[in-house]
Amino acid sequence: MRVKVRLFARLRDIAGAADLARELPGGATAGTVWNLLAAEHPELAAYRGAVSVAVNAEYARMDARIADGDEVAFLPPVSGG
Amino acid sequence: MGAPAFVVTTDPLELEPLIDAVARRLEGAPASAGAVTSFLGTVRNENRGRRVERLEYEAYEPLAVKSFERIAAEAAERWPDTHVAVHHRTGALAIGEASVAIAAASPHRADAFAACRYAIERIKQIAPIWKHEFFEGGDVWIEGATADPDDEEARTRALQAACA
Repeated sequence: MRVKVRLFARLRDIAGAADLARELPGGATAGTVWNLLAAEHPELAAYRGAVSVAVNAEYARMDARIADGDEVAFLPPVSGG
Repeated sequence: MGAPAFVVTTDPLELEPLIDAVARRLEGAPASAGAVTSFLGTVRNENRGRRVERLEYEAYEPLAVKSFERIAAEAAERWPDTHVAVHHRTGALAIGEASVAIAAASPHRADAFAACRYAIERIKQIAPIWKHEFFEGGDVWIEGATADPDDEEARTRALQAACA
């Protein structure tokens, strides 16, 4: 299956792209997507305990199951206001 | 109709549309008197000893709007008949410009003040928005809280700040 990945702020800078697409095996979770990206960009690994994840623009957990066509967003610690 | 209560925009912020949005919600409410409070967060020229030149804000817009809705619902749960509106700006902001505008309306002034304070504390905790600080000699992404709307300890801290 194919998922759309969105990265923000410093995560986007590290990966060099705001929007990505990745092929994943069935049964993949948000964590599967994260591990894939962290393997591609080792600097991302440092964010493992601090990153938040959203699936289809709703907050989710790393163990959330992903379906074909889902949008998975990884969010570094926030600083709005 | 009037202005929407929850907005992410690259346009300069104004308080009047938010005040209209929340005051409208009080019309027809049981209380005959009411209070409207507002808050503007503006870009400071100094941060941790750095001379700040500008900020660039980025947001995950659909989730940011949902976060504002959630925060307003939390406030209404805590302070009955209290309505909150939030507009947040994105893009490049100069020193002194408003990055966030909040209005709260309630039959009681104490609740209106508290809800406004609660909203800004919660925005800093859970709204998917980031500031990129450009200062004299460099730039840095500001990273605050790991966003987790279900973190009850964080929510308690926001309530405590609001009721202090």
